[in-house]
Amino acid sequence: MTGLAMDILSKIKKANLVGRGGAGFPTAKKWSSVAKALEDKEAGEGKSYVVCNASEGEPGVMKDGYILEHYADRVIDGIKIAIDFLLAEKGYLFLNHSYYKKLNKTLTPFLKDSKIEIFIKPINAGYIGGEESAILNAIEGRRIEPRLKPPFPTAKGLWGYPTLINNVETFYNVSLAASGDYKNKRFYTITGDCPFEGVYELPDNLIIEKLLNQTKNYPKFPFFAVVGGSASGEALNSSQLKRQVSGAGSIAIYSLAKNNFKKAIKSWLDFFVNESCGQCTPCREGVYRLQEIFMKEKIDWPMFNSLLDNLSDTSICALGSSVATTMKSFIKNVHPRINEKN
Amino acid sequence: MKKINIKINGQSISCDENKTIMQAAHDNGFELPNLCWHPDLSIKANCRVCVVEIAGRKGLHTSCSTKIEDGMEIITDSERVKRSRNLNIELIFAEHIERCPTCIWRFNCKLLDLADQYKIEITRFKDRKGKRKVYKFGNAVELDGTQCIDCRNCIEACGNLQKINYLGLKGKGVNQEVVPVNEKGGLPFIGEKAKKVDCIYCGQCAVHCPVGAAQEQTHWHLVEKGLRDKSKVIVAQFAPSIRVSLGEEFGLKHSKAMPGQIVTALKQLGFNYVFDVNFAADITTMAEAEELLERVKHGGALPMFTSCCPAWIKYIEFYRPDLIPNLTASRSPQIHSAGVIKTYWAEKMKINPKRIVVVSVMPCTAKKFEAGRAELKVNGNLPVDYVITTRELAWLIKKNKIDFVNLKPATADNPLGEGSGAAAIYGASGGVMESALRTAEYLLTTAQDSVCAGLKNKNKLKFCDSRIEFKDMRGQNGIKEAVVEMADKKLRIAAVNGIGNIAPILEKIKDYDYIEVMACPDGCIGGGGQPIPTTAEIRRKRLEALYKIDAKSEIRRAHENEEATAVLKWLEDKGKLKSQVLYTKYKKRK
Repeated sequence: MTGLAMDILSKIKKANLVGRGGAGFPTAKKWSSVAKALEDKEAGEGKSYVVCNASEGEPGVMKDGYILEHYADRVIDGIKIAIDFLLAEKGYLFLNHSYYKKLNKTLTPFLKDSKIEIFIKPINAGYIGGEESAILNAIEGRRIEPRLKPPFPTAKGLWGYPTLINNVETFYNVSLAASGDYKNKRFYTITGDCPFEGVYELPDNLIIEKLLNQTKNYPKFPFFAVVGGSASGEALNSSQLKRQVSGAGSIAIYSLAKNNFKKAIKSWLDFFVNESCGQCTPCREGVYRLQEIFMKEKIDWPMFNSLLDNLSDTSICALGSSVATTMKSFIKNVHPRINEKN
Repeated sequence: MKKINIKINGQSISCDENKTIMQAAHDNGFELPNLCWHPDLSIKANCRVCVVEIAGRKGLHTSCSTKIEDGMEIITDSERVKRSRNLNIELIFAEHIERCPTCIWRFNCKLLDLADQYKIEITRFKDRKGKRKVYKFGNAVELDGTQCIDCRNCIEACGNLQKINYLGLKGKGVNQEVVPVNEKGGLPFIGEKAKKVDCIYCGQCAVHCPVGAAQEQTHWHLVEKGLRDKSKVIVAQFAPSIRVSLGEEFGLKHSKAMPGQIVTALKQLGFNYVFDVNFAADITTMAEAEELLERVKHGGALPMFTSCCPAWIKYIEFYRPDLIPNLTASRSPQIHSAGVIKTYWAEKMKINPKRIVVVSVMPCTAKKFEAGRAELKVNGNLPVDYVITTRELAWLIKKNKIDFVNLKPATADNPLGEGSGAAAIYGASGGVMESALRTAEYLLTTAQDSVCAGLKNKNKLKFCDSRIEFKDMRGQNGIKEAVVEMADKKLRIAAVNGIGNIAPILEKIKDYDYIEVMACPDGCIGGGGQPIPTTAEIRRKRLEALYKIDAKSEIRRAHENEEATAVLKWLEDKGKLKSQVLYTKYKKRK
């Protein structure tokens, strides 16, 4: 590793950057493992790639679009730093189709004379099109669905070469860390039944309750929140908000008056039945059967729960396991509250 | 290899590193269920029925895709494993509409076995694929969407293995469906322009399908009907390779050749006569060897390609019609055999050929397609009336409760019964070429153009001490090449083992004089109609068994088969009939 590369890595480490796509994986660790995979390769095979994930297919998360709109220079700078760090062949900005339409003109000047190319996320890629190995498949022109891991993209990514995939916000933070401007902030998307929906840049250690108060979004009515992605996040009741936001930094507020139990679960199930890629049995068949069971007059709860456990235990990717997260947390945290209100 | 220590269900085991949990478990007597796993194909781990628990790791892990590590503790029978394994099997079962009464899989159905073994309730979920389409590929293969469990083995077999890429996925989630790529939206790769693709009927999708969703278009019921028609003479003829594979369906070892039991079984099923296609393979060999030398001596189109494999013929006709002149004009053994039955044998037996019904038992799905080719008619009759696969024959035998294993062997009917050792190896990749070379070398060293001439001068056979074994053409490599010297000729030869290996050879065909192509891996013994499972290891054993038959044969060269040469002699002065029985034409297909 060159001195320059060591320098940026230590800056990332010092800033304690973590992936802002949702998984929160330590950024320095990811970068090092790509570098390590490159070193292990035989001479002449030292190709590598950098991918910026601007897919943003998770409902309730809008911060990547916001960052690209306002800080495109920083994001592109972050990608360039990564390309220089790995001496990568090329960088791809894997861009959500609607963001491309909106931001193409903003982005183009920054990409001039760079190794970065915009890859427009195919419209039919859907939710799963944001999963990092599904992105690799999309860029390679294959069917868009997650790959088996291991091997991880850090070791075998695009066309089998070590590939670094980070989220928009992560690259933004890398740029800040490199220039010494990183201030431990993150972007929060607040949506739902609240007056001031939007993206906010605030300290990364704020608890949910404070976030809602500071943005004047704390509801005056009975509610619950889904945190860290409206489809794959965790459902919390109003007494559970003294914790930090997890995942991709989103808070969605649901009024309990407007969102009954049936409506909430049905909307998640509908979403996952539509978005499951179809690759593995527990997800393809499981979410379909969950929906079938749930729409019956008499719900077979033991089977419903078995299917959820099976999803978190045996699905190929994190989408499958997250199906269970939302619904289980909802049933555990929110459902008893609904009954209390009645 | 380095040994590492693992534990399975508390039992300490030392095993080679680089193994998957499934392999390590299997090697040590722990059987893990699987559906999408097949050693011929890449690991997809999508059925999720082979899951196990690993101490210290979150979630469950698919044993087919997870490598063992030193100190790993694996649990295959915890409540958690059972719950997910059983649930996934149950979910998969609800994708598959059972058609057990008429399904040729009934006696060895993996799904029924799993349901039985793990006491799965198979009716808790409603079947969801009742309205799926059945796609028919020619008259040979079909893909029944109502039975598909989405494991994608067929796509892998058609793509990665055969490199035809005729099958792809359409839609996603529960709407995902395996379709021929020509179907709208069924492209295997999005974004890539649709290429002109067609099925070659090789049936590798079928032989790799764990649940019979991809399978041959069955014709056993037509055969059953035919067998009841007493106004007809029903004749069966069986291919070289099925004698070493059919036994597997009855739990016998792969290396066991059972032609005698096959004859008895077919007779018990009601066939009036049973012939061994090995006999006609000798005719094919002689016709092909003569043609090869004719081309070499008189500047015909070279390289000459073999034509026994009907999937390869379909490939040429569809993908490379420019190479049609390079295909040998010789018909394939099943067509030679049936042609001879309906002419030579019919005349001998004084039977009106129209009364004869010929049923071929083949390791192949494409043979069904071949049998229907109109240009093969002899005196207006198609030589072969029906083709059933090895699997279909096994089904008929089981269905009729014939105790195959304990049958008394019988010999095939004469005079079309015996074949040489050269005929036996037709079932192996490289075998057709080896057989033809044995005869070609004889013709060259005795300076003759025709095997018929040779018979007139029998003493010449004695000083012909030509080679018998052409070992360069044997084995399981994808491409086998050699240069053989014969008399004053040098022949540059190659055998393409599996259509997936054809591309590099087609790029340099000028480097060869004679090329054998078999579309299925390792030749007909790995054919699309063969018993399931068929894996590289099983194919190796079937190959060994074929070469053993050859080595033990009294005559090992086609032209030494006197009955076969007698047929050729009989055809000599028959003019048009000779070419109708022996040769064919090919046509460009769109």
